[in-house]
Amino acid sequence: MIQLEGICRTFDVGGRPVYALVDVDEQIESGEHIAVMGPSGSGKSTLLNLIGCLDRPTSGSYRLGGREVGDLDELQLSEIRRDWIGFVFQAYHLVPRLDAAANVELPMIFAGIARAERRRRVAAALEAVDMSDRADHRPDQLSGGERQRVAIARATVMGPQILLADEPTGNLDSESGSQVLELLDRMNDEGLTLIVVTHNPDVARRADRVMVMFDGRVTQHISADDFHGHLLPYRDPQEAQ
Amino acid sequence: MSIPDLLKFALRALSGHSLRTGLSMLGVAIGVAAVVMLTALGEGARRYVIDQFASLGTNLVIVVPGKTETTGALPGFGGVPNDLTLDDAEAIRRQVREVRNVAPVSMGTERVSFGERNRQVMIVGSTYELLEVRELGMGSGRFLPAGDWDRGAPVTVLGTTLVRELFDNENPIGKVVRIGEWRMRVIGVLDEMGMRMGIDFDEIAVVPVSTGMKMFNRASLFRVLVKLGSSGDVASAQRQILDLIIDRHGEEDVTIITQDAVISTFSSILGVLTLALGGIAAISLGVAGVGIMNVMLVSVSERTAEVGLLKALGVRRVQILAVFLTEAVLLSTAGGLLGLAGGWMAVRLLVQLYPAIPASPPTWAVVAALSISIGVGAIFGVLPARRATKLDPVAALAGR
Repeated sequence: MIQLEGICRTFDVGGRPVYALVDVDEQIESGEHIAVMGPSGSGKSTLLNLIGCLDRPTSGSYRLGGREVGDLDELQLSEIRRDWIGFVFQAYHLVPRLDAAANVELPMIFAGIARAERRRRVAAALEAVDMSDRADHRPDQLSGGERQRVAIARATVMGPQILLADEPTGNLDSESGSQVLELLDRMNDEGLTLIVVTHNPDVARRADRVMVMFDGRVTQHISADDFHGHLLPYRDPQEAQ
Repeated sequence: MSIPDLLKFALRALSGHSLRTGLSMLGVAIGVAAVVMLTALGEGARRYVIDQFASLGTNLVIVVPGKTETTGALPGFGGVPNDLTLDDAEAIRRQVREVRNVAPVSMGTERVSFGERNRQVMIVGSTYELLEVRELGMGSGRFLPAGDWDRGAPVTVLGTTLVRELFDNENPIGKVVRIGEWRMRVIGVLDEMGMRMGIDFDEIAVVPVSTGMKMFNRASLFRVLVKLGSSGDVASAQRQILDLIIDRHGEEDVTIITQDAVISTFSSILGVLTLALGGIAAISLGVAGVGIMNVMLVSVSERTAEVGLLKALGVRRVQILAVFLTEAVLLSTAGGLLGLAGGWMAVRLLVQLYPAIPASPPTWAVVAALSISIGVGAIFGVLPARRATKLDPVAALAGR
């Protein structure tokens, strides 16, 4: 479903080019569960934003469901984000003045979905993340794990194909973290393509395969079978040389 | 995205910062209230002046000797008008059909004295008819006797202030005062009526018109006041009077002022004044607009992450623009309505305190103030809203 060929992404920082992604060639199938690991600044988040159509490659080809994303204009990109992609952030990014239900409803309001349908879907989405009883709580009245579950409900309420999660458990304690991960796993089991960026090996361990990044390149692929006995699922590429 | 959803979303965003929202609304409110109050004052002044004229009756025609426009004649030859005489006034009364009453008026200033006290005042020479034509009221005694205009009885009617100053608490009726070289018996005191058309009726002495003309040694009347019947056609009467005078003098040497002309002149002058006041007040609406822009810019930079989120959720640029623009317009509209209510209450209070001034904001000013305040929100909201749409989603989500 996702095809990346020779993807480069260069940022201009103070007149000097910074290579965030260099020659990334990847293929991700529908329903896969991918973890992306790597040190800070290795290009994990840039890759995620690019897949999520929040950013465009400087060069290379990105095909999503057979469509060349580079050819799309601003409006078409926003439609792809709306209909195909759900984002889950480390900082949740819930709108603080809206209660849980209204936060989940947010994407549907802008998508122009009718009120009754919205209400039905909000209820279903909150039910799926086990947050029905806290629908009228504002984010500051929720724990971190609860906030992330609301954020997942919001990310999935439009029925996306792909869920992109950037350090989804980065701000959570281990118990609520594992609740969130189980939730993501379950959604993946139901067919959602899941791509998780993480530092945490325990998070990565749940994936079908792990992409290890270093300095903008994918340096290593680890399959689920290789995890056994490894505390660190990836080798430091410098050490390997 | 439906309009009610948009409004609801914007309202929620605004109510999250009630102090900031309130203050920027206050800016617009003050602007609109200023427009309402100042135009109400201007309009009040206009109506006050018009009421003053109208209280004399709109069917008043004033004949003034002399022509206001140049005749083209050489100075000293033919340009000098003929006297406007009592006979002319008499002729107008007899021959013009619409006329109900005619009051000839001569005017000058003279010293009025009683005992030790004296005072320089305006002397109005007229006839019994002045009472009705100028709608004067009597405080005590009688007005000038009706009858022959040429017979100048040695009697006078005084204004209230003059009476107070000359007589203290004494009853002036029947007393003899000296006006210049003339001894006159006081037969009446006017009602207190204050300023009317530039003349303080409380500080005049009224004498018979022929006496007045002799007193000031004038052959010509100051003017002739003509009151028409209530159904009288002003234009027709004006033409008849003019024809009559031309017939009698052999040339057009009088100017006829109608009440309508005077009223419409004053009305348009004061209307422009009101417009200018409204315009000055409208400047403050521009200032309020800058305030709204400032608040919206703060709001956009505070909600950078929210804008990033909206973009990640696939919200289109125009929708983000609409969200922030709606907030700005809601702010300014609410401020405008607030200002309208505040201004209206202030005007009501003013009318309570000074009932003489019929202050009330003209409809055009209310409509203009409200639509300008809405427009201000729309115009000054564009820049912040555009800034929001241009945010890079990746940077915005990272809080950069």
